[in-house]
Amino acid sequence: MKVLVTAKRVVDYNVSIRVLSDNSGVDLNNVKMSVNPFDEIAIEEAVRLKEAGKVEEVIVLSIGTSASQEQIRTCLALGADRGILIETDVEVQPLAIAKCIKAIIDKEQPGLIITGKQAIDGDNSQTGQMVAALAGLAQATFASKIELNEDTATVTREIDGGLEVITVKLPAVVTTDLRLNEPRYASLPNIMKAKKKPVEVLTPEDLGIDVTPRVKTLKVTPPAERKAGIIVETVETLVDKLKNEAKVIS
Amino acid sequence: MSILVIAEHNNESIKPATLVAVAAAQAIGGDIEILVAGADCAAAAEAAAKIGGVSKVRVADNAAYGHSLAENIADLVVSIGAEYSHILAVTTTSGKNFMPRVAALLDVAQISDISLVVSADTFERPIYAGNAIATVQSSDAIKVITVRGTAYDAVSAEGGSASIEALDTVKDAGLSTWVQDEIAQMDRPELTAASIIISGGRGMQNGDNFKLLESVADKLGAAIGASRAAVDAGFAPNDMQVGQTGKIVAPDLYIAVGISGAIQHWVGAKAAKKILAINTDPAANMVVKADYAVIGDLFEVLPAIEQS
Repeated sequence: MKVLVTAKRVVDYNVSIRVLSDNSGVDLNNVKMSVNPFDEIAIEEAVRLKEAGKVEEVIVLSIGTSASQEQIRTCLALGADRGILIETDVEVQPLAIAKCIKAIIDKEQPGLIITGKQAIDGDNSQTGQMVAALAGLAQATFASKIELNEDTATVTREIDGGLEVITVKLPAVVTTDLRLNEPRYASLPNIMKAKKKPVEVLTPEDLGIDVTPRVKTLKVTPPAERKAGIIVETVETLVDKLKNEAKVIS
Repeated sequence: MSILVIAEHNNESIKPATLVAVAAAQAIGGDIEILVAGADCAAAAEAAAKIGGVSKVRVADNAAYGHSLAENIADLVVSIGAEYSHILAVTTTSGKNFMPRVAALLDVAQISDISLVVSADTFERPIYAGNAIATVQSSDAIKVITVRGTAYDAVSAEGGSASIEALDTVKDAGLSTWVQDEIAQMDRPELTAASIIISGGRGMQNGDNFKLLESVADKLGAAIGASRAAVDAGFAPNDMQVGQTGKIVAPDLYIAVGISGAIQHWVGAKAAKKILAINTDPAANMVVKADYAVIGDLFEVLPAIEQS
């Protein structure tokens, strides 16, 4: 069985982002870019399934500018077997991304598709679900555990208030939550080996997909600041303030 | 314009988060209808009919909708979706699960997790973990939207008298099967619905010390939360996590105990009306940003608060 995993190029999670002064977006100049952390968890899960002998091949797919090659190479160094880049300079949105992924599913026929539950730039949390919808497949979002059976997968999902276990028919789309696994670091020999692994480059036009954005960003602004608070010396003053000033306890 | 709000419920009653989605629907303006999809959910449908400002409740009562499996709920919503200009759900793990599926099947974009309605086609939403706010405009005929649970004050759960209409449509895709839930049984309010929350961080040092929070929480009728550091360290279970990758909360009072206040945590807590930080470090982010801060050892401060 093949597994298809996705890897989005995003601003590294350690970078504190800066909103551009003309409110046109976020400053991406000279900012460290990385694989979306939830996608890294997806890659790790796929590689572990391969190491456990449950899957034969791990394909990593990225959709974005040619710079996304860098993130594909990172994933190849983490253990993916080959890469596909759908190259476009358009700001691709989740629905368009999902259509691209669906086209690759049609072509590669993977038994399992693993994506991150959300990308840490747009925080949309849409792509995996949209892929499942377009491909007519079952979905298991926010996974904290995946067990592969014969024609199904049993997935533990993180839901409000606790966990839910569902069984999905394969092929299925699984999106990863934070605690599915802890991704490894790439070793130097693996980074060298990754350079020789194949990466196929396609365009949305090759696949007959219109990636024109449906949602227009009018402006991007910094969040409102809360006004400064005070340091309270004693618990008595605190309780008094909470009761009489803030009126949040009685 | 006609707006469909998809109710979050437990078949017996409507979850308060739904009332926030109705408030967002009112901000958009138009005729508001509610969909209650569940199994043996007549009681929830009756509760939905009492929500203020709602004209009609549509009920799909079938075993296929019992556990809110995304494939079945999405197919149901899509079957009636073309009747509406807007389809809204609240940003919970359930709404986040089926709504993008609805949007893709209708071939429209989804606007996720809006924090403000600017106009019928323009919305504000946080991006980059709340470090920036984007104002976005949709060009699609049907707007599929999830609403942040803290975006609006809830509308009244009482006072309405909507008509109830049964939907006989049964959509069972047969793609997934529910096996079991592992929901922690709690006597305390849910994090997303609590008016007071007391959260512990790495400063709690171990899981046993969370009992200190419990006794204060019991006095205040508060829910208990945790920072990601505390969850990762195994002090508290995953579903207690407040923050960007956990729960976004909006209580009247948020008490952060031994939490340094990483941006990911702050984003989850900042919608609170008042924030109180208890920390030994006066330079901690949480202390700097809080409305009230107590500098001191939590093991001395907490018992003192409990006493008072």
